[in-house]
Amino acid sequence: MNVQFSRRQFLKGTGAGVAGSAIGAFGFGGAEVALAQAAQAFKLSKATETRNTCPYCSVSCGMILYSRGDVKKGEKAEIFHIEGDVDNPVNRGTLCPKGAGALDFIHSKQRVTRPMHRKPGSDKFEPVTWDFAMERIAKLMKEDRDANFVEKTRDGVTVNRWPTMGFLAGCATSNEAGWLTWKAVRGLGIVAVDNQARI
Amino acid sequence: MSQLQPAFGLSKRSATTAALPAAKPAVQVAKLIDVSKCIGCKACQVACMEWNDLRQDIEENVGVYENPHDLSPNAWTLMRFTEWENPERGQLEWLIRKDGCMHCQDPGCLKACPAPGAIVQYSNGIVDFISANCIGCGYCVKGCPFNSPRISTADNKAYKCTLCSDRVAVGQGPACAKACPTKAITFGTKDDMKKLAAERVEDLKERGYSKAGLYDPPGVQGTHVMYVLHHLDKPALYAGLAENPRISPLVEVWKGAGKYAGLALLGITAAFGVVHHLLAGANRVTEEDEENAEKLRGGGA
Amino acid sequence: MTNSWTDIKNADVVLIMGGNAAEAHPCGFKWVTEAKHHNKARLIVVDPRFTRSASVSDFYCPIRAGTDTAYLLGVINYLLTNDKIHREYVANYTDVSLIVKEGFSFDEQEGVFSGFNANNRSYNRDTWDYEIGPDGFVVRDTTLQHPRSVYQLLKKHASRYTPEMVERICGSPKEKFLKVCEMISSTANGEKSMTIMYALGWTQHSYGSQTIRTAGMLQLLLGNIGVPGGGVNALRGHSNVQGLTDIGLLSQSTPGYLGQPRESEPTFAAHMANRNFRPLMQNSISFWQNYKKFYVSLLKSMYGTNATAENDFGYEWLPKLDKVYDTLQMFELVYQGQIKGFVCQGFNPLLSVPNKAKLIEGLSKLKFLVSIDPLETDTVKFWQNHGEANPVDPSKIQTEVFMLPATCFAEDEGSFTNSSRTINWRWKAAEGPGESRNDISIVAELFLRIRDLYQKEGGKAPDPIMKVDWSYKDPKLPTADELMREINGKALVDIPDPADATKTLYKAGQQIASFAQLRDDGSTSSACWIYTGAYTERGNMTARRDNSDPSGKYVYGNWGFAWPANRRIVYNRASADPSGKAWSERKSYITWNGKAWGGADVPDYPPPLAPERNAGPFIMNAEGVARFFARKMMNEGPFPEHYEPFESPVANVLHPKMSTNPAARVFKADGAAFGTSKDFPYVATTYRLTEHFHWWTKTSKLNAITQPEFFVEISPELAKEKNITNGQWVRVSSNRGSAKGKVVISKRISSLMIDGKKVHHVGMPIHYGFIGETKKAVGVNSLTPFVGDANTNTPEYKAFLVNIEPLSGPVTS
Repeated sequence: MNVQFSRRQFLKGTGAGVAGSAIGAFGFGGAEVALAQAAQAFKLSKATETRNTCPYCSVSCGMILYSRGDVKKGEKAEIFHIEGDVDNPVNRGTLCPKGAGALDFIHSKQRVTRPMHRKPGSDKFEPVTWDFAMERIAKLMKEDRDANFVEKTRDGVTVNRWPTMGFLAGCATSNEAGWLTWKAVRGLGIVAVDNQARI
Repeated sequence: MSQLQPAFGLSKRSATTAALPAAKPAVQVAKLIDVSKCIGCKACQVACMEWNDLRQDIEENVGVYENPHDLSPNAWTLMRFTEWENPERGQLEWLIRKDGCMHCQDPGCLKACPAPGAIVQYSNGIVDFISANCIGCGYCVKGCPFNSPRISTADNKAYKCTLCSDRVAVGQGPACAKACPTKAITFGTKDDMKKLAAERVEDLKERGYSKAGLYDPPGVQGTHVMYVLHHLDKPALYAGLAENPRISPLVEVWKGAGKYAGLALLGITAAFGVVHHLLAGANRVTEEDEENAEKLRGGGA
Repeated sequence: MTNSWTDIKNADVVLIMGGNAAEAHPCGFKWVTEAKHHNKARLIVVDPRFTRSASVSDFYCPIRAGTDTAYLLGVINYLLTNDKIHREYVANYTDVSLIVKEGFSFDEQEGVFSGFNANNRSYNRDTWDYEIGPDGFVVRDTTLQHPRSVYQLLKKHASRYTPEMVERICGSPKEKFLKVCEMISSTANGEKSMTIMYALGWTQHSYGSQTIRTAGMLQLLLGNIGVPGGGVNALRGHSNVQGLTDIGLLSQSTPGYLGQPRESEPTFAAHMANRNFRPLMQNSISFWQNYKKFYVSLLKSMYGTNATAENDFGYEWLPKLDKVYDTLQMFELVYQGQIKGFVCQGFNPLLSVPNKAKLIEGLSKLKFLVSIDPLETDTVKFWQNHGEANPVDPSKIQTEVFMLPATCFAEDEGSFTNSSRTINWRWKAAEGPGESRNDISIVAELFLRIRDLYQKEGGKAPDPIMKVDWSYKDPKLPTADELMREINGKALVDIPDPADATKTLYKAGQQIASFAQLRDDGSTSSACWIYTGAYTERGNMTARRDNSDPSGKYVYGNWGFAWPANRRIVYNRASADPSGKAWSERKSYITWNGKAWGGADVPDYPPPLAPERNAGPFIMNAEGVARFFARKMMNEGPFPEHYEPFESPVANVLHPKMSTNPAARVFKADGAAFGTSKDFPYVATTYRLTEHFHWWTKTSKLNAITQPEFFVEISPELAKEKNITNGQWVRVSSNRGSAKGKVVISKRISSLMIDGKKVHHVGMPIHYGFIGETKKAVGVNSLTPFVGDANTNTPEYKAFLVNIEPLSGPVTS
């Protein structure tokens, strides 16, 4: 749901950062607006806004992601600014230094952009195709499952577990991805499953 | 860029002695920094850098929490941390002050600046640097009673907090105030900010900070960035906040620079187009919006 | 959180202990500053460090790291001995009047409860229970005089924790401790309330669960559970750690906190037989009696039409645990070479799990490692040499490694569940970079490829895989919308209205609105019963964005969806007195209007159930009341007791022979790696800084600018003792490794007198490693011990022993 820029919503939320005030452009004379804008143009005027939630801590601050281009219209979108969502009742438009800096996570130099593979003993990653990576991982997993899956204990109790595979689920993924992951890992019989709750 | 600077409407303009046409009596704005609510999280620093597209080199730890280590051309605001043992309360206090341009009503930087139109003060009180006119002489640094401006070695121009004049011009508060998680930073008319400050001072006094008060130093005719301090009697405790800031007498030397006055009248026509666009554009605030905002007055969050 | 972020504004007193909300949850902490500003609330911070939270507190009290249980038991003792408890609440809503079985005891000299077997350090917990009367219900003594009443037992148990004892154990000056007690006790009246905010400062100990229980007990004595501005509020870590825990991605649980089957319960009947939810009091509701409905609905979501009553709904196909495979257990098995393959989905265990040297050795034994992450992690590059920060030889590491590019939050849609259980939908703003894919598509493709291999080649036990229901519109790319509908659950056949059999409650295929309507006959599905109601026939409730607050009590019931049942404060029946009236006008929240319960929130109680029924406000408990006495539910005892961290500078002054938690799990080799105060005299603690999020934002330049490098914090006293100057390089070492960093000398780090001995703290932030924009560092987990909490196996990151030495070389090179 991309939202229209709503001045009303903004003003409603300004209590977070701007005290209630009857003025629009905060005392600027019209020509002064021009000057201020000439010194630095307001950069959000043509941006697409998308509502999202901060990926870091568990406060779940509402965020507005500002992009050039709109994915909903099939355009290529580039996020160039992030601000708190004033409508969100918890963060009221505010963001902490982590959230306020989330733009640099999205565009981090450490983002992985293609599947990479490191051969045993190698000192480097090499790019591979998704197809190669998926086929190879599926094969490695099946080999291990076939070798180590425990269908029944020595006493003949059916346990259907795969004790030699570990899976750590990250807690910045969605509930929906989490549920599908549960289905997949428990379906395969993996018992060594945990998340960041303890760490 | 320099052609876009209109001479009217501004209350002050650097190196300009010709009388500026009288601006309409304007609403004064202010940013209030409530030190007693500030947790030093640096959200303001990050939001400022993010909004203004500033990224400076990554430094080292040097045994303190201040990072970057000082204000810089790419860091217009900075949390400064001071540990103080309050003898009266018998408790340690960690005093954290957001440093940056104070937007003086009587701006020493502007007075000191010899470059016409490089520093302006809008009628709402915001002091802005117009980079296109800046000659990088550094006099603004000397003129500033708060040591805020910094000269970039990259382009030899002065930089400091703009109070997000670009955002304020469309009715939004500065990026730091918007981000501030604890609402230690608020923005509005100076009158409203003073009222809010009075409320906060009362609360602090009730909690035993008998010298709590509002820092709005008269030596520079007040500032458009004000602090609520638990210890107004000891501003220097807060990483050396000036006790009684005033413009250096040396600055008077620059005030006679009338030779630049003729430049002041350039650019009016060019400005008009921009003004028209902004007034007619989508971001205009309606009366209804203003009424809504009015309803919120004093309503807290 | 029992309450919500916004509800903190209703508090009169805020206790932050075992956490540092200002630092780790700044935007949630705003509700503390709001409570201070608008509610005249007082903020108390108890912490080994004068934190950013402390910087805006009204009162700060220092404490030695790892002694919070003793401190809280001290407060409980203060409340009981000074009669500062909310009597009516305690008498009616807790187990104080219940009688405990004969034979239960606590040995104050030995420091153990009845049933302890010293040979294998384990408990027989048979005596840890109530006395059951001839009517099948618990025996009570409402006069509270019976020596085996929970009240008398608790009073006696807590009586050892005098202010003097608290000072000896915790190093907290007596007068400061008493000031905190006084401030806390101001809320024991129904007129005022206190909230407690904690985080990993309580969980990351070998006895953390008991500390948190103690906090719950404290709040019960004050009558602060279920009321606005009250509660025990766990401030969770990641954006969706609450959600992923709810959804079952923990070794021992399923979605909705049902039990993952164990080897001892190979059939569904055996599983159910282990779960006796018989009410323990005449009128109690014991809501868990619905357990089977939730389990069957989960199995229907998991196995679809393959799950039938005849095959126990596919229970057999689920893996059965032989033990709990928590993170520590997992890495023990990796280290032993027993786990061969490993997937990290957005996880960086090389820095987040204790004892880095052990981890490197373990990861090097893996056959393959897969990382699904938007970012390069230190873990996925564990084999890469980064000098001092990661001194490995790649040629000696035979692990095959895959680094798969995942999209990030901004590039995908779906929901996160926040700390206060509110599920919020998010929308996609851009495509991910390069060839990145979302987690759903990566997991789906991997699963389908493995399934195809079994289909084509056969293999061991294909049934459990083949029977999983994967009937998504596009099996390779299920949508978040589809999955949230599945999580919520639906009617699988037409379901008649139980109130009127001539009517249909749901037509087959319709989304279920409430978990109360789930069934145990296979006619409903629901992947996670506590999320039922999140996506109904009215639509996706998690996407709701109405931020109105009709009650004016900071309850935003139309914003997103809070589990369970869109309830924002749990146990809220306790906000009213036994007759159903509010304890006070100020704290009025849910009341009885003569016909039904109602108020600012969704009642945590059957709406038409009259107060006269006296069913007790804690309907999930078989007793209907809250427990001071935990019965058999905790591994180290039904009452909390002070135990020292596994590495401690002092012996336990209460019972030196049983200094540490008798029930904590210690792996053999790790026991040998504990150090003593002779070699490692200082108490180290690790923590988060507000500028960073875990090991994640070190890849974000903006955050790296604001805190660029690892550092070590010590007090001026210790600095003087060790001749260390500010900004100087130091080496901190434990019995497991060492870390180098610049020193920050600060009065905020406490040095305390513990039982006559000076004890210094050494503080270290966790956020640094060898990948990212920040300066390279070895990681504090080079130092931390591999021991976990006795109940949750959460590692003991918050209190361990180190030494510190200045390094030569320039100050701040």
